[in-house]
Amino acid sequence: MKLKLKIWRQKNGADAGAMVDYDLDNVSPDMSFLEMLDTLNEKLILDGDDPVAFDHDCREGICGSCGVVINGEAHGPEQTTACQLHMRAFSDGEEIIIEPWRAAPFPVIKDLVVNRSAFDRIIGAGGYITAPTGSAPEGNSTRIPKPDADEAFANATCIGCGACVAACPNGSASLFVSAKVTHLNLLPQGQPERTTRVLDMVEQMDAEGFGGCTNTGMCTVSCPKEIPFVSIANLNKEYRRAVKSGRKA
Amino acid sequence: MVETLSKNPRVTGFATLHRSTIGRKMIMAVTGLIMLAFVVVHMVGNLKIFFGETEFNEYAAWLRTIGEPALHEAWYLWIQRAVLTVALVLHIWAAVTLSRHDVNARPVKYHAKRKGGYATSTMRWGGVTLLLFIIWHILDMTTGTVNPATSHEPYERITAGFDQWWNVAIYTLAMVALCLHIWHGLWSAANTLGWNRATTAGFRTFAVFVALVVGFGFLLVPYSVVFGLVD
Repeated sequence: MKLKLKIWRQKNGADAGAMVDYDLDNVSPDMSFLEMLDTLNEKLILDGDDPVAFDHDCREGICGSCGVVINGEAHGPEQTTACQLHMRAFSDGEEIIIEPWRAAPFPVIKDLVVNRSAFDRIIGAGGYITAPTGSAPEGNSTRIPKPDADEAFANATCIGCGACVAACPNGSASLFVSAKVTHLNLLPQGQPERTTRVLDMVEQMDAEGFGGCTNTGMCTVSCPKEIPFVSIANLNKEYRRAVKSGRKA
Repeated sequence: MVETLSKNPRVTGFATLHRSTIGRKMIMAVTGLIMLAFVVVHMVGNLKIFFGETEFNEYAAWLRTIGEPALHEAWYLWIQRAVLTVALVLHIWAAVTLSRHDVNARPVKYHAKRKGGYATSTMRWGGVTLLLFIIWHILDMTTGTVNPATSHEPYERITAGFDQWWNVAIYTLAMVALCLHIWHGLWSAANTLGWNRATTAGFRTFAVFVALVVGFGFLLVPYSVVFGLVD
């Protein structure tokens, strides 16, 4: 395959950055999207150019490190991570526009790499449970209704990649926050912080500068883990419940 | 707005809901539903015009007597106007501040564009269109300032107002905006208030149904004047 690539190049956070065109030959349809970028980088290095920086780690679709906006879609045309997207999803001679996640709370570090520490601070605000450390307790000692376990698990699959923010026209982190709140608030282990969790996480989400949800649903179609859109309704329900309870801390 | 929201003290109850994005969305949802309830009743009431001039004018006159004798004449109308005005102001305030916050969250746009839902993308400009229409509509049918009718009778105002083709065009455009606004707004409100359960399909369908009923219901009147069913 031959490709015409348009890639966002930015030296660092202070640099203005610009789109740069690259022609790439000999791309195999069986390559992953990241392997295609590796191939480009090999060429750039041999030519003495600066390789394109992009985030990646497991390349198995489970870590949440990778993620670029491909032709306007977070993680590209298939509902999976960029590392699990293959070049057969594109056609020969196609122009591919590659950009970093765009959101004020996700500043560009270099090229396609953005700083997603804002997500960590949201998790730090309430995305945890208080549990004694030590050996794992007997799994069946806490009984959880099957539908709750299923819904909690579906939401727990969120890998925090940030595609929801990238895809949202408002740069909203609602799907991410809703996945964490739904996951933890459904389970018995999450009950002690049920009220403060949602208040604190939403407060942090707003403070980071993520936009609000306008229910466009763009997040859920870009989510590689298929976090359901109703999780946002559940976040709002949990928020309403927490506000009603009037607990301050 | 980003700074304002981050510096706000935390939400501690319904009185402090305005401090967060979700809280503002909830204010927008509730005020929207209040206005929607009025709009539905208004649309149904308008259909009385098909029972003739006398009955329609009597219905309009009765609206001024709601709540009597406990309330003085037209007091109910003024209470309703006050409630709707407060709802409208809060709705616009929430929309403007949230929109600014949303725009600030994406300072650098994507080179490759991707399209959102049609109704969704029209919420902001559609809302501005509706605000302008409300002003026009009050000048036209409530105060009669821009209405060619010589009497204050509601029936005559309607027939005289819709005898002007361009006025029918204005109302048509506004009702399309209203239809799209309800199309997305009603189910969006349901989501914001956390009413959606396992699926969003139920409220989506309901919203589309209400949007179409309200849009067609309102447009029946001007087009009946245009086609001579009401004169």
